[in-house]
Amino acid sequence: MRTILYLIRKEFIQIFRNKFISKAIFAVPIVQMLILVPAVTFELKNVDIVIIDKDLTPESRGLISKLAGSTFFRISGKTWSEKEAENLMLHNKCDIILHIPDEFGMNIGNGKPAVLQAGIDAINSSSAQLSWAYINGIIRDYNSDITIDNISTSGVSSFPIIDITNRYWYNEELNYKYYMLPGILVILVTAIGFLLAGLNMVREKEIGTIEQINVTPVRKHQFIIAKMVPFLLIGLIDLGVGLSIGKLAFNIPFEGSILLMFLGAAIFLIAVLGLALFLSTFSGSQQQYMFVAFFCMIIFILMSGIFTPYESMPQWAQDFNLINPVAYLMRINRMVMLKGSSMNDISGELISLGVIAVCFSTFAVRRYRKTA
Amino acid sequence: MRKKVIEVENLVKRFGHFTANDNLTFEVYEGEIFGFLGANGAGKTTAIRILSGLSSPTSGKVKVAGFDSGKQAEKIKKNIGYMCQKFSLYEDLTVKENIMLYGGIYGLSRSQIAERTGILLDKLRFREYENKLISELPLGLRQKLSFSVAVLHEPKIVFLDEPTGGVDPITRRQFWEMIYETAASGITVFVTTHYMDEAEYCDRISIMNEGRIVALDTPGNLKKQYNVSSVEEVFIKIARPDASHPPAPSPGSG
Repeated sequence: MRTILYLIRKEFIQIFRNKFISKAIFAVPIVQMLILVPAVTFELKNVDIVIIDKDLTPESRGLISKLAGSTFFRISGKTWSEKEAENLMLHNKCDIILHIPDEFGMNIGNGKPAVLQAGIDAINSSSAQLSWAYINGIIRDYNSDITIDNISTSGVSSFPIIDITNRYWYNEELNYKYYMLPGILVILVTAIGFLLAGLNMVREKEIGTIEQINVTPVRKHQFIIAKMVPFLLIGLIDLGVGLSIGKLAFNIPFEGSILLMFLGAAIFLIAVLGLALFLSTFSGSQQQYMFVAFFCMIIFILMSGIFTPYESMPQWAQDFNLINPVAYLMRINRMVMLKGSSMNDISGELISLGVIAVCFSTFAVRRYRKTA
Repeated sequence: MRKKVIEVENLVKRFGHFTANDNLTFEVYEGEIFGFLGANGAGKTTAIRILSGLSSPTSGKVKVAGFDSGKQAEKIKKNIGYMCQKFSLYEDLTVKENIMLYGGIYGLSRSQIAERTGILLDKLRFREYENKLISELPLGLRQKLSFSVAVLHEPKIVFLDEPTGGVDPITRRQFWEMIYETAASGITVFVTTHYMDEAEYCDRISIMNEGRIVALDTPGNLKKQYNVSSVEEVFIKIARPDASHPPAPSPGSG
């Protein structure tokens, strides 16, 4: 035990004596939160629409003003030429081409079905689908306006319309900042755990100081634990810094227990640090380690469900996520922060994460060789 | 009969097809200064790494401080000190922090560490450097400190792998005074070196060539046996039997 304390003390001295690292540890979470939280959003605003209005009736103008009135869309041009519209899209000048054919107003007037056509730039398929959903909603609104108008003029007293109202639970305003912030916190903690500890270990190999440690009676688990503890604490401090920024800068709601969130993050960090130290035993240089660590981190983060819903991933990906610590913390953070989930609600996640943490740390201790 | 602290019998270490240590057999006695000589690539470092438990032998029996190098490497590590040719104290820690770290690792108590740190700093006249980073010290001072840290826990044996490489002659002389003092206190010193004048200071020397021990005796006996006046001449006669050109680079050509 005393040996571990001496080793931990050494790690802390080294970390805080390094002028760059000691500052970066606190600067990184601040910068990352302030930049990423507002920037990473799926919210659609100002989607550019070019309209080919061949109809030019009150009905078509009514539809156009309805679109222009929404915050999602911006009428960036009108033209009669399909060629010109296609050119605009090709050069990224517009995202949607809405084609209103010349019988549009006439058909509506005659009570016949009217047809519209929308062409959507689907380079980014998720924003294309979202635009489509929004445009669909606006046209549906417009449609029911017309129907109600028709009913009142035709004198029929009742016409059944199903009206559905919805409410978004846990994030009433569908604020993407609230959705992303818990995820960005996970990325932050992942980066601290994954990069710093592994690089630190490989650096000792490069310089040769690990040799001097290996020739002492230090036990393998003592050395590994001493490498984990400082970064575990730094990761938790950074989580605290990140949360404070979330509160101060974005006024993010915090429904659950802060302690529970730190507990989740602590178990998560042990898992990630274990994996990082395990991987570091395969690397002879910091460059090699960076490459491997970066590769793993990208996979873990993208598969964790930060951007894409976990449930819509293929089965094998969901299976992989059983051993992906990032996926667990992503769920824990969102559940605790936004839903106010209790210890009971996330006990399954915590236990799985705990098992992963024990396994990865054991691998790290096993793989670390004092004798070549 | 003096007590044996290192017993090596038929030690073989292979890396793939390359045999770094070919059937080494020797013994080292308590309190002795044992010099391990050989040209670059002769297999000295490989042997010293096996003796200190950093590497395990392919075959053969190696006993250090009474423990088997293959199975009880960690027990050996409690009883030895090690200083390697590549300087390996932590450069971003101060002199005092390094001493404290290694004192703690070897299980010395807080008061023992404080006491021995004081003695060590006084002996090396290092007081003014105690709060300096290792990276700020000149190489000679670093090597002396490194050696002192390697014997801080009063091991049975200390292994020195080319401890005086790149150090000026005055510091080398001081370094050897430290080695003498250490040996006088009962710690066995196992030292590899390139400098033949240093070999003269050893109680016994072994000379390695291409993985084998080709001579082992006191410097005096070896000089008599080869009828020369210095260990350097002994070395040249043994390591380069034809004494005119280095060995052929590939076995096929000669």
